[in-house]
Amino acid sequence: MAGKTAPLEDLSVAYVMDPVAAADWLIPAPVVWCLLIGALLVMLRKRTALQPLIAIPALAVLALMTIGLLWHVVVNGTVTMTMGRWLPPFGISFTVDLLSAFFAVTSSLVALAAGIYGRSDVDDSSRRYGFYPFLLLIMAGIIGAFLTGDIFNLYVWFEVLLISSFGLLVLGSRPVQFDGAVKYAFLNLIATTLFLVTTGYLYGLFGTLNMADIAIKASELRGTAPLMTLVTLFLLAFAMKAAAFPVNFWLPASYHTPRIVVSALFGGLLTKVGIYALLRILGMLFPVEREELSFLIALAAALTMILGVIGALAQNDIRRAMGFLVISGIGVMMAGLALGSPAGLSGAILYAAHSMVVMTALYFAVGIGARLGGGFRLSEAGGLYTRNAMVAGLTLVLFLSVAGLPPFSGFWPKIMLVKASLDVGAWWLAGAILMTGLLTTITVGRIWALAYWRPMPDTVSGEAPDERDLSPLSMGATAALGGLVAITAAAGVWPEPVMALAQEAARGLLDPSAYVQSVFPVEATQ
Amino acid sequence: MEALFAVLVGALFTVAFYLFLSKHIIRILMGAAILSNGVNLLIFTAGRVTREVPPVIGADADVLAANAANPLPQALILTAIVISFSFFAFLLVLGFRTFQKLETDRSDEMRLAEPVSEPSPPLGY
Repeated sequence: MAGKTAPLEDLSVAYVMDPVAAADWLIPAPVVWCLLIGALLVMLRKRTALQPLIAIPALAVLALMTIGLLWHVVVNGTVTMTMGRWLPPFGISFTVDLLSAFFAVTSSLVALAAGIYGRSDVDDSSRRYGFYPFLLLIMAGIIGAFLTGDIFNLYVWFEVLLISSFGLLVLGSRPVQFDGAVKYAFLNLIATTLFLVTTGYLYGLFGTLNMADIAIKASELRGTAPLMTLVTLFLLAFAMKAAAFPVNFWLPASYHTPRIVVSALFGGLLTKVGIYALLRILGMLFPVEREELSFLIALAAALTMILGVIGALAQNDIRRAMGFLVISGIGVMMAGLALGSPAGLSGAILYAAHSMVVMTALYFAVGIGARLGGGFRLSEAGGLYTRNAMVAGLTLVLFLSVAGLPPFSGFWPKIMLVKASLDVGAWWLAGAILMTGLLTTITVGRIWALAYWRPMPDTVSGEAPDERDLSPLSMGATAALGGLVAITAAAGVWPEPVMALAQEAARGLLDPSAYVQSVFPVEATQ
Repeated sequence: MEALFAVLVGALFTVAFYLFLSKHIIRILMGAAILSNGVNLLIFTAGRVTREVPPVIGADADVLAANAANPLPQALILTAIVISFSFFAFLLVLGFRTFQKLETDRSDEMRLAEPVSEPSPPLGY
């Protein structure tokens, strides 16, 4: 890559000399756009009425950009842009393959829904403290993490999204939020520090941080370097970010404390960034080591999904039950990673995309239920169906979808994963996935029966709900919920395109030659 | 020299994780500060510890001289220092505000988000 010594005037040995194609500007555009609009909104933080008017169209543009990027990748294959025109691996590359683009599209659609929902959920003072700027900046971090092709850069995007998530978590300054934020902040800080240590070790072994370069060098180093140590540390760090058992205790301690829209965004997107990193680094860069660890990952996956849903079953606070359902979903995705076959990985990818949409929508539904007068306590809720039959119906669709019942989007990835487990004879993993589905059905069925179906109980006890949770229902909130429900229903009834996309993305992970060729085009032609 | 640094990094990690075991937020905070310094030192050591050899590739060479330190880990540390410093500042304020609101800095007394006496969900319809 460095090439022979050349006369100084021959810049082509050090720089990318071709001008960047117009379509390739789409690669960094989503991140740049989020940072720009985020900065603009910070300046306008006192104009609370203006903020949603800027942020919501900006999020719509972000969604269009990522859709354009996905289109670009589908048509032209994996695309790369290296910053500062340095030849990779010296410059920081953004490499976008189908997996990156697919997750970026899903997360930007979820963010758009959150922006619309947040309009009625976030009060003026929280807006002044920066709900919309944090929303844009956390999206910069999330999409940056999806698009980057450099491991240290991935760490930086993790920190960007983490610091924005701290800001979102404490918006409103209720004591319970501080309690949750302390646990969230410290445990996540330890996880990212672990990631940093591992990145340091990785650089020491490989002398490069570019993912494509690592993919090339891994096979040469496999005999001599302690790659297992490295990969095990990565697994621990990312499993902590993804909230896999037994390092998941920050999630149920914090996710129910902030505003519903913030919980929705976190539940939908943050843990999936950890899953993405697991898929990218364990699935693509170190497949041999992942195979060695597959039993451990499968065990963690089975425990995560079963214990997650049992936790959900035991909760009286509906928001906390949803937090445990997020954890349970992470277990299902990790099962796909443990299998590592094309079917397993594509099932994990599809389930992650499904979970982004459905978990966000579920938190919205819970928030709308509370606004309709149900509150968050299962023991005191009731009668929501008589108050708003449409919302009750949409919520039922989501409940069926999260439980993995047809014809909604949770059904297909679960089928793929169960089949992939049985293909390799891991009957206990398939059993765990099916058992999780049954227990999830019981959990959400009970919530629907109690909060929506039964009449309002007469005994209204002690603690009054926070008046901020009782703001009247707005069109925007219902529209955001309806939009996400439409996505899960459409992906469930017509799964062919998304399934093909997930399978193609999984193929890209298992055979990174297209990824490598995109970063090092010269080597491939030689 | 590197071996000495490795032992030092190990000692810093030990201290940090010992402090993480404490129930007091302020000690955990100290642990976080020490851990991030330990990590920075680790990456620094990985880039070789040498005396004043400038990391410049001569006109007749293709790679850095073997006795020069690799500058890239130092650039990584600069980024990591900025990040860990801002995190420390945030966590310090968060810990202080939590102490003001909850009137405790013991993590086992922070049970507001996860109440001890949370009632069971209704067991019948």
